[in-house]
Amino acid sequence: MSTVLKVEDINVYYGAIHAIKNVSFEVNQGEVVTLIGANGAGKSTILKTVSGLLSSRTGSIEFMGEKLGSIPAHKIVTKGLALVPEGRQVFLQMTVEENLEMGAFTRPKAEIAASIADVYERFPRLKERRRQIAGTLSGGEQQMLAMGRALMSKPNLLMLDEPSMGLAPILVEQIFDIVQELNRHGTTILLVEQNAQMALSVAHRGYVLETGKIVTTGSGEELLEDEAVKKAYLGG
Amino acid sequence: MSLLSNLVNGISLGSVYAIIALGYTMVYGIAKMLNFAHGDVIMVGAYICFFATQNFGLHPILGALLAMVVCTVLGITIERLAYKPLRQAPSLAVLITAIGMSYFLQNSALLLWKSDPKVFPTFFAFQDKATGEMKTGITLFDGGLTITYVAMFTVLMCVVIMVGLTLFTGKTKMGKAMRACSEDKAAAQLMGIDVNFTISMTFAIGSALAAIAGVLLCSSYQTLMPTTGSLPGIKAFTAAVFGGIGSIPGAFLGGILLGVIEIFAKAFNTQISDAVVFAVLIVVLLVKPTGLLGKTVREKV
Repeated sequence: MSTVLKVEDINVYYGAIHAIKNVSFEVNQGEVVTLIGANGAGKSTILKTVSGLLSSRTGSIEFMGEKLGSIPAHKIVTKGLALVPEGRQVFLQMTVEENLEMGAFTRPKAEIAASIADVYERFPRLKERRRQIAGTLSGGEQQMLAMGRALMSKPNLLMLDEPSMGLAPILVEQIFDIVQELNRHGTTILLVEQNAQMALSVAHRGYVLETGKIVTTGSGEELLEDEAVKKAYLGG
Repeated sequence: MSLLSNLVNGISLGSVYAIIALGYTMVYGIAKMLNFAHGDVIMVGAYICFFATQNFGLHPILGALLAMVVCTVLGITIERLAYKPLRQAPSLAVLITAIGMSYFLQNSALLLWKSDPKVFPTFFAFQDKATGEMKTGITLFDGGLTITYVAMFTVLMCVVIMVGLTLFTGKTKMGKAMRACSEDKAAAQLMGIDVNFTISMTFAIGSALAAIAGVLLCSSYQTLMPTTGSLPGIKAFTAAVFGGIGSIPGAFLGGILLGVIEIFAKAFNTQISDAVVFAVLIVVLLVKPTGLLGKTVREKV
């Protein structure tokens, strides 16, 4: 199994606040890996750092064997790493199709139409609403659009930040089904969730984050059975 | 007949405001800042065109093109040196810097080109084949209404620019990237859009438009001095807010309306025309705070 993402000893600060403390983890080809933890534990900060929106003071982030170092966010996408950001952040005033086009910003024009067709096949709802302004979509549809938009860059590693946030339980299941299906088709996934139960049930491995530090790691099943994890995150 | 000629003059002046306002609104929409130095870029453009045609004998079209090139470079440079380092700073710091940049440009112009007004040449005069005299416009209704060539050209340019910008932001990859940046810079970066480059491009377009506005404004009013861009700049900003800042058709509509209101107010009483203009702005903002065509953005969480 080859390593897709290797994060070693990163420390991230917001001004004087030490948000991420000596965090190391890795994601292997074909895996679904999840980072779970309470609100404010630093999960989103880690994803933002990996995608280049924030920078780490120490340590290294290696993607497909290449150190990302100080490569700016807009160049990191071209290497095959995409982030579906927290709160979806679709372009509300642009149409569904324009959002997808933006997802393929770095790719040659000739390949875009085929990718849009792929996304529509996976998310038929988006096809129905292709000419609609994204701001008129429901929360679940916006999440699908955000995922579709990230897939437009043909990522090797898809990072999802709280895809279940604010969605009805039936939609949450649908989103997680899609995540598993994408994984079956070869996309490696790094998933950040507050919904630990859901996340651990689809993940091969997980890391538990507490106030900026990784405190436990193990396979999805192990963590689901772990007493401390159960108590803190699974409501029992 | 004076009603009609006031309307024509108003639309012509309004077209200049609209061209300036389009630059204001583009920069505001994408960089989320009010570039108060925009009006002074107009003045620089007019001076470049003036010297290119008067001192170096360039054709007016070449002079205007040269002014556009110089202003584009100037706009990009201003953004790089003065505004880019403040990308993360509070908006008040950026605002003060922009006002400072405005005075910097005015005073540099004062130093370089002195305070005495230059008489801007009449570019839009053509020889009448029948009589041999130079004509600056067409006369209708037995002399009741004169429409100058410069007025016609100004309105035409304004419409062309408005349509061009609408197509650019709606259809091209770069234009769509600009809209993406205007909504959400972090998300745009995640798409692979170089936000710094996109902001530079916005300043380049805005400044090139300012150069065109400068040449057209001075062709109509023919006085050029270091403070020439200042008041039209503020009025165009007003026009952009009036129409709904960030909106391209809004800037167009706001500019035209403001020009027409100003000319009619002037016809009524010269002293209070500017007061009327700003009073209208205040009333519009009281009734509709986002401006005439401004969008209220509803966000879903």
